Amino acid sequence: MARDTRAATATFAVKSGLARMLKGGVIMDVVTAEHAKIAEEAGAVAVMALERVPADIRKEGGVARMSDPNLIRRIMKAVTIPVMAKVRIGHFVEAQILEAIGADYIDESEVLTPADEEFHIDKRRFNVPFVCGCRDLGEALRRVSEGAAMLRTKGEAGTGNVVEAVRQARAVYRQLDALAAMNAKQLRGKAKEYRAPLELVKKVARAGMLPVVNFSAGGIATPADAALMMQLGVEGIFVGSGIFKSENPRKRAKAIVEATTHFDNPDVIAKVSEGLGEPMKGIELSTLTQEERLAHRGI
Amino acid sequence: MEKVVGILALQGDFKEHFDILAKLGVGAIPVRLPEDLAQIDRLIIPGGESTTIGKLLVTSKLLQPIRERILAGMPVWGTCAGAILLARRVIGGIRGQMHIGAMDITARRNAFGRQLDSFEANVAMKKAAETPIPAIFIRAPVFERPGKDVEILARLPDERIVAARQKNILVTAFHPELAGSTQLHRYFLNS
Repeated sequence: MARDTRAATATFAVKSGLARMLKGGVIMDVVTAEHAKIAEEAGAVAVMALERVPADIRKEGGVARMSDPNLIRRIMKAVTIPVMAKVRIGHFVEAQILEAIGADYIDESEVLTPADEEFHIDKRRFNVPFVCGCRDLGEALRRVSEGAAMLRTKGEAGTGNVVEAVRQARAVYRQLDALAAMNAKQLRGKAKEYRAPLELVKKVARAGMLPVVNFSAGGIATPADAALMMQLGVEGIFVGSGIFKSENPRKRAKAIVEATTHFDNPDVIAKVSEGLGEPMKGIELSTLTQEERLAHRGI
Repeated sequence: MEKVVGILALQGDFKEHFDILAKLGVGAIPVRLPEDLAQIDRLIIPGGESTTIGKLLVTSKLLQPIRERILAGMPVWGTCAGAILLARRVIGGIRGQMHIGAMDITARRNAFGRQLDSFEANVAMKKAAETPIPAIFIRAPVFERPGKDVEILARLPDERIVAARQKNILVTAFHPELAGSTQLHRYFLNS
């Protein structure tokens, strides 16, 4: 065993390990190679390559699908940091394509139009690791049992409004605390309620924490938003529309990176929050109909 | 006198290093600002994204103070991204990649390829461990062109260098902290 250089690829440790390397960092949505370079220069730990940021997907409507593989390749060539890309929920062929071109992580994302109303992708069959969205612990555990190597709360993408991200992070961590205090019978009940394997539920209850890294996504628009989510307990930040839909993307991107690192240091957050120009305009969530909300997709 | 261990906590898997040290009964303090540096006697630079940590070292005003402490003899260990930050020469970095550059060695970033090429293997470490240790390589670098007083501690079967030491500076291309093994941490604490 010791003689084998590549003893094992695509193990759970290897897949979830990359997510561990991204912790404390910011993953930025980019739609061009040029954006990707700006993100890398600002200190992004990874980029999410896509054709339209969520705010534009929202505005333009229609079916949102995986991006052109050529765009993703160009972005992979442009930067040295990991490149993620999105597939529709349940669309395992889009995932096969991303694995074939060598993307570093796949986001099975509610931001795109779901392809399967019943099943998510069986992520254990892939060598490339997956990140999935969740709104509560039940969703989180279902995605982990399907093979997700990283989680992110969904927030409400493309709104620039952090309220859903906050609600969901609080839900996940409150439910984790509750789980840790439960007896065997209560855990069996929870496994049923969560539609998650009992073994996984027990393991998470014992550890008092999720078995994979959990980031926050959907609605983060300012350095203070990023620090807020970090203080609530998430391990890193996805920023979608919040950077390139703002007045000064370079400066805002850098500020969000610094605020994520120094999330518990108000002096630093105050300093980096100065003079960033206009943030993205944002949407008050009560103005959205149930159909216009993305977070309820793929639960 | 008790030696205080610091772990650079700007970005990356610093918590995993805290957890391994806790297993050994050793406390450590997170290093995020220059005043944290004054309290420590040795430093671990974790895995993460080297381009990100390099930038944060500059904005957090830590790059030069850390470099000076290392030159003055403070023991330091970099895992993966941390190793890239410690290397004097970096291949495959971004334009203007910031790094501490204290060790006479070249780090080749993403030497094995992309995430699909990441792997785990057992690595035989000279001096640090009697039996091969579990090692996880995530988009890992390898080391090249070691200077005269750099000691090679581990090579892969294809001869590529994945662990080395120059006096007070230890670098590993892989993550013992992800594999849960305490041997290398013990080695670093005793060095």
